[in-house]
This record gives sequence, C-alpha cells and structure tokens, in this order.
Amino acid sequence: MIGVAGTRALIRLALRRDRVLLPVWVVVMVGMTAATSSAGRDLFTTVTSRIDAAAAINGSPSFVAMLGRIYDPTSLGNTSLIKLTTFGAATLGVVASMLVVRHTRREEENGRLELLGAAVVGRQAALAAALIVTLGTMLVIGALTSLALVATGLPTGGAWAFGMAWAATGMTFAAIAAVAAQLTMSARSANAIALGSLGLFYALRAIGDTVGTADEPAIWSWLSPIGWGQQVRAFAGDRVGVLGYPIGATVVILAVAFVLASRRDLGAGLLPDRAGAPMAPPSLTTPLGLAWRLQRGPFLGWVVGYLMLGFLTGNLAASVGSFASTDQLRDLIRRLGGTQVLTDAFVAYMFGFTACLTAAYSITVALRLRAEEESGLAEQMLATSVHRRTWLASHVTIAVGGATVLSLVAGLSAGIANAMRTGVGSDVAGAVAASVVYLPAIWVITGLAVALFGYLPRASSSAWGVLVAIFLLDELGALLGLPVWARDLSPFAHIPRLPGNAMTWTPLVILTALALGLLAAGVLRFRRRDLTTA
Amino acid sequence: MNMAIIATGLVKNFGSARALDGLDLAVAAGEVHGFLGPNGAGKSTTLRILLGLLKADSGAVTVLGGNPWTDAVELHRRMAYVPGDVALWPSLTGGEVIDLLGRLRGGLNPTRRKDLLDRFDLDPTKKTRAYSKGNRQKVALIAALASDVELLLLDEPTAGLDPLMESSFREYIREERVQGRTVLLSSHILAEAEALSDRVSIIRNGRIVETGSLAQMRHVTRTSLTATLRGVPDGFTGLPGLHNLAVDGTTLTCEVDAVALDGLLSRLASIGVVSLSCQPPTLEDLFLRHYASTTTS
Repeated sequence: MIGVAGTRALIRLALRRDRVLLPVWVVVMVGMTAATSSAGRDLFTTVTSRIDAAAAINGSPSFVAMLGRIYDPTSLGNTSLIKLTTFGAATLGVVASMLVVRHTRREEENGRLELLGAAVVGRQAALAAALIVTLGTMLVIGALTSLALVATGLPTGGAWAFGMAWAATGMTFAAIAAVAAQLTMSARSANAIALGSLGLFYALRAIGDTVGTADEPAIWSWLSPIGWGQQVRAFAGDRVGVLGYPIGATVVILAVAFVLASRRDLGAGLLPDRAGAPMAPPSLTTPLGLAWRLQRGPFLGWVVGYLMLGFLTGNLAASVGSFASTDQLRDLIRRLGGTQVLTDAFVAYMFGFTACLTAAYSITVALRLRAEEESGLAEQMLATSVHRRTWLASHVTIAVGGATVLSLVAGLSAGIANAMRTGVGSDVAGAVAASVVYLPAIWVITGLAVALFGYLPRASSSAWGVLVAIFLLDELGALLGLPVWARDLSPFAHIPRLPGNAMTWTPLVILTALALGLLAAGVLRFRRRDLTTA
Repeated sequence: MNMAIIATGLVKNFGSARALDGLDLAVAAGEVHGFLGPNGAGKSTTLRILLGLLKADSGAVTVLGGNPWTDAVELHRRMAYVPGDVALWPSLTGGEVIDLLGRLRGGLNPTRRKDLLDRFDLDPTKKTRAYSKGNRQKVALIAALASDVELLLLDEPTAGLDPLMESSFREYIREERVQGRTVLLSSHILAEAEALSDRVSIIRNGRIVETGSLAQMRHVTRTSLTATLRGVPDGFTGLPGLHNLAVDGTTLTCEVDAVALDGLLSRLASIGVVSLSCQPPTLEDLFLRHYASTTTS
C-alpha cells in the first residue's frame, strides 16, 4: 500500500471544494434527528402510548417494510426514532457513495486527477483522501447525532449505538462506492452501481424484516448493511457488537478497492470499452435520438429496479392480513377497518414512496440539460440547425416520458405480482391507477427543475434540495406537527391516496397545469438567455 | 464586396468584466479571415455571438445576411463551427458524433467524410472518451469540414493537432477557399494565420486593433535579427525595410521586413558573420511593439 504521498493536500482540496456541502449534510442529518427526538418526547409521554404506537407500526407490513420493526415497544428512543433509523442510514449511504465517486472517478474522468497525478501525488492518494474525508464525515455526523440525542434526554448508551450504527452503515457504502469507482470509466456508471446496490440492500432487509418474526428478522436482513445497522437495535438492547459486521465489511471491501486501484491505469476501468460503430445508426439523427441514446442505459436499469420494487409491493400487499399474529393485533386491525383498509394503506404508502423515487429519476434526466450546457456539448448541438426549444424538449421528453413509463411499470408489476398471489386479477388496474395517480406531482417537480435551468442555470441542482424538502415534509411533517399549509407545499400532499380513497380530478388537473406552466417558463427563459459554459 | 460577417460596435459584459468593448469585424464572402489575438482577448466570445449562443449587450451583427440571435437555426444550416475546447459525448464513437453533428446541420457529404477520416487518420470506431485532445479536435473538424456549408467558424482549430495533421488541415483549408467557402479562423499563432489567411483582424482587450491583408501589414511580419560581425557595421541606418536599428560594437540588432531580408543578409555576409540569430514575428512581439500602452519606438 504505497503511493499515498500528497494525500494530506488532496484532503484539504476536497474539504475546500465541499466546504458548503459537508456542513449542510451534517446540519440536515443532526437537526432532523434532534427535531424528531424532541417531537417524540412530547408525543409519547406514557408507556401505554408507546406500546400502542409500536403495535400499530409492527402490525403494518408497509411500515415494517419501509422502516423496520420496533423491538422494544416500551422504549421512547426506539419508538420515536423508528422513522429515521433505516431511512437515515440509507440517506447516509447515498451521501457517502456520491462523495467517494465525486472525489475519485469524477476527478479522473474530467482529467483533473491527471493534473494532480503529475505532481507529487501517489497512485492511491486520491482514493485515500476521498475515503478519509467521507469516513470522517460519517463519523462526525454519527457523533453529533449521538450528542443531539443525549441532549434531547435519551439514554447515552442508546444514543451512541444509534449514531454509530448510522456512521457504520454510511462507511460500508463508502467502501462499496470505492470499488464501483475502480470498475467503470464514467462517474455516472460508478454512481449507478453504488446506488443500485444500496437499493438492493434496502429491499433485501425489507423482505427479511417482513418475513421474519417479531423478535428476529429472516436471514435476508443479515445479508444487508442496512439490516446490520437496524439490528444494532439502538434503545432496544444496544447490541453494539453487531457493529462488527459493517466495520469488518468496510475493511474487507476497502482492501479490495485499493488492490483494484493499484492494478489499473489512470483513467482506465476494469470493465473495458469495446470498439463501437463507425457510422451513426439512423436513430441518431435528431436531438431526441441522441437524448434517448444517452439515457437508455440508466433508464433500463431503473426499469429493472422498478420491476423488483413493484414485485415486492404486490407480494407484500397480498400478505398484509397474515402478519397479524396476536389477538391484540387482529383486534387492532378490526378496529382500524379490517385487512382491506390495511392493504389499501400499504399500497398507497408504497406508491407514494415510489413516486418520490420517480421524481428523483426525472430530476436526474432534466438536469442532464445543465450538465450538457456546462461541458460545452449543448454549444455544439445549438451551433447546428437545432432550435433551442427542440434541444430542451428532447431531454424533457425523456424525463416526462421516462417517469410515466416507470410509474406504469411499478403499478403493473405490483398488480400482476399481487394477482398471482391472491388469484384475483381485477386489481391490476387498481394498482396501475394507484401508481400513475402521482404523475402530475412528479411532472411539477420535473417542471421546477426545467424552470430552474432556464432562470438560474448555475443553481439548477437545487432541484435536489427541493425534492429532499418535499420528501421530509411528507414523511415527517405530521410527526413534527407542521401546520397544514406547510405540508400542502408538497405537490404529493394533493394526490388522492389510491386505493381506499375517492378519486378527485381537480388537484390532478391543477398540478398538471402548474407543471406545464413551469415547463413553458423554463423553455421561454432558456430561449432568451446566454449559454453558460463552465 | 459581398460580406459574410459584419459586426459593428459589439459590447459584451460578463458581470463586471467587459469581454468585448466595441468590436468591429468584417469578413468578405469567399475569404479566409484570420482572427488573431492573445488568450482572453475575446475571440471565443465573438464567435459565440456570431453563432447566437450569446447575445451582445449592444452593437449590430449580421451573419450571411441574417441576425444570428433571432435566425440562429436557419443560419446554422449554412455554417459549421468547431469550438476551441471540443467536448464529445463519452459513450458515443467518433464516427457516430461526426454523423450526428453532420445530420443535425442538414446532411454531410459521405465521400468527403471518408476522405477526411483517411487524411486525418482517425479511427471512427473508438468511444470518444478514449480519444486524446487532438483526436477529439479531429472529430469536430471532420464533422464541420464534411458538411456542405458556406461559412466555417473555427476556434483555434489546430490546438492539439500534431505537425503532420496541422499540415493536412492547412491543405484542406486551402482547398475550401478554392471552392469559395468563407472561413473565419481564430488563432493566437501568427504564423498559422499568415499561412492561411487572405486578411486578418487583430483583437486585443475586446477591440479590433488592426485589420487588413498581411501584405498591407508589413510591419506585422518583421523578423527580429541579431548579428555579431567580423567588422563594425556601417551604412545600415536609413536602409529601406529596416527598423529599430541598434549597433553596439560589432553587434547589430534590428527588425526587418520580409522583402528587405534578402538584401540585408547579403550585406551582413559581405562584412562577415560570426553569429546570427533570427526570430520569426510572434503575436506577442507585435503586441509589445505596436499596441502596448508603454510603446517606445
């Protein structure tokens, strides 16, 4: 393991480049935890209130699939933080992956690492620096989160178990991303591998938790880094020894990353490029043809992911009733309106979550506009006889059309999986409706990204901030006791929750009109502004 | 004369920085026009305004009889552009990019495409991310040169090309001129502009400081010469074509016009030359001598 000279300078460079990004993530994660913890303290004042809440959550497969189980219903920390335990760990996984790729493969792809590599910088220095910064960030977030929890009055042991479980999960995904960055030549593909594996591990533990018993998840949860973080069981036994799994995995995966890095050339990947076509196919004649060509690989990846997600939703929905293992739970379900109500709520919740993911997809595609502009590729396109609106429309078509197809895929896949389990085919249309009903809200977010691109091109990526804010509003707005007008800022808040609720067309029409307005504004502004190249 | 490009009084600000400061540019149809200036003088900004990618803050510009900002798409069918820093879609092959850009411009000549691939020795089956800077440049050049267009805008087109490819490029530009195409070629290398251009415009700090044929701009092509002789040089003062003459003992330093070089050398040889160093004119010299605020002459 030689060749780490210059690591210290690269660490300073990374900290300087991310001097805004890193503190923002620390504040968001720690602040969110502190707010949730103090809200929980006011909400669950008695042991009975916690047991009731825990029974409702553990009895609902949708919650168990998304959030995991509450292992100690009497514990204030376990119950009030259940919304954050798994979701927060996964968020840290995303942050860690993107940080590592940003400071390794992206730098290499842009040729900046070559500039640095010619200075007194060792072969492994960039990887080492990226990992030190990322692992350090995870530890800082974990430690400050623990302190925030102690400050809100939770037991110290549980607080540290919670914070360190988060940090360890983030670190494992940093290691996975470090390997992905060695495999591919493009940062986009490295991110896709890292985030795809995160989605897979999230789904693995969802299966493990729902199929398992009240005391012990099935084996699937133990195959997932996110599952390990949950099984530390902060505030419900504080099994700190389980941290050995993510830490051990991090060490092993990192060793693999460094070995791979030492065996390849600068700029090269381990998955080699093959020779391609000497002539362009007829499909590559229009801006739309090019946009599709650039986006089809990632899109097909998303389709596969959505097939699996829909399959999971449909299967779990079919077995909602069978989870009620105790008389107490069966009684609760009856009082809540019977298993059909539970199934409907589960399906609506899953498609709401899926819709957020779909919105994220449409943002990645819409922001391609900005990436093409910054790199000078838009300049070359627009120096040919291509209208600015045609070029913009080509990427927006993929963003809107892709999101629409993904919604259909999720609905169809869930409906078919459910029908195969229950033998009732009539619900397929219902599942598709429950999924596509979110499209107007997704289009609004796509429109917002395009409007940002038109008016504030340098701030286009703040569309991601808007999506995170919307997601937090939806997930935590009620828990934090935010007023209705604030929660209504989320376009998802206006979508009728299908099935189980009445279909209302008015909000859908209004949202669609709003989306069209945002798109039109973005297009009109883009036609009148200068191209800005980085 | 039929003009391909007429720009008058172009001003462009980026925030508080002024990139163009009242630029005037005239390019006649059918000529190869060199657009010379040091880095950061405003060459690329001018080309982007001519393409309608940027909007001038003030001034008027006409390209091929149209307004590049409002008629961009119609004009772009008749012109091709090679940016200074060529970015390509990394997952496409070079051949695919050439075809794509050509088709979007309204079609490309397959015979010329093949001929250019041979001449520039480019492998069109490679993914563009595997190309060197010079090869990326070739992709953009081939896509532009293989299109049937009236006007070529080339931003430092030979940066990154090796000398062999540079000469292929010059050869091709000369053929283009014979076919009556108009070429605006930006460069910071005087020799390149000299080898190709009918006329040149020299830009500095966002303004054109000199424009005309290089024959008219004799002083631009002066060679700097320093000679140490066997005897004391006498009678050089006042010779035609000789400038900034300085004699120090047996060492003579001067600048000489291209036409007077021959005569000067034979006179030096008659005295006897111990050492001789010549420098072709560079743009930097030109700016130092003629346009710097601290000009001494």
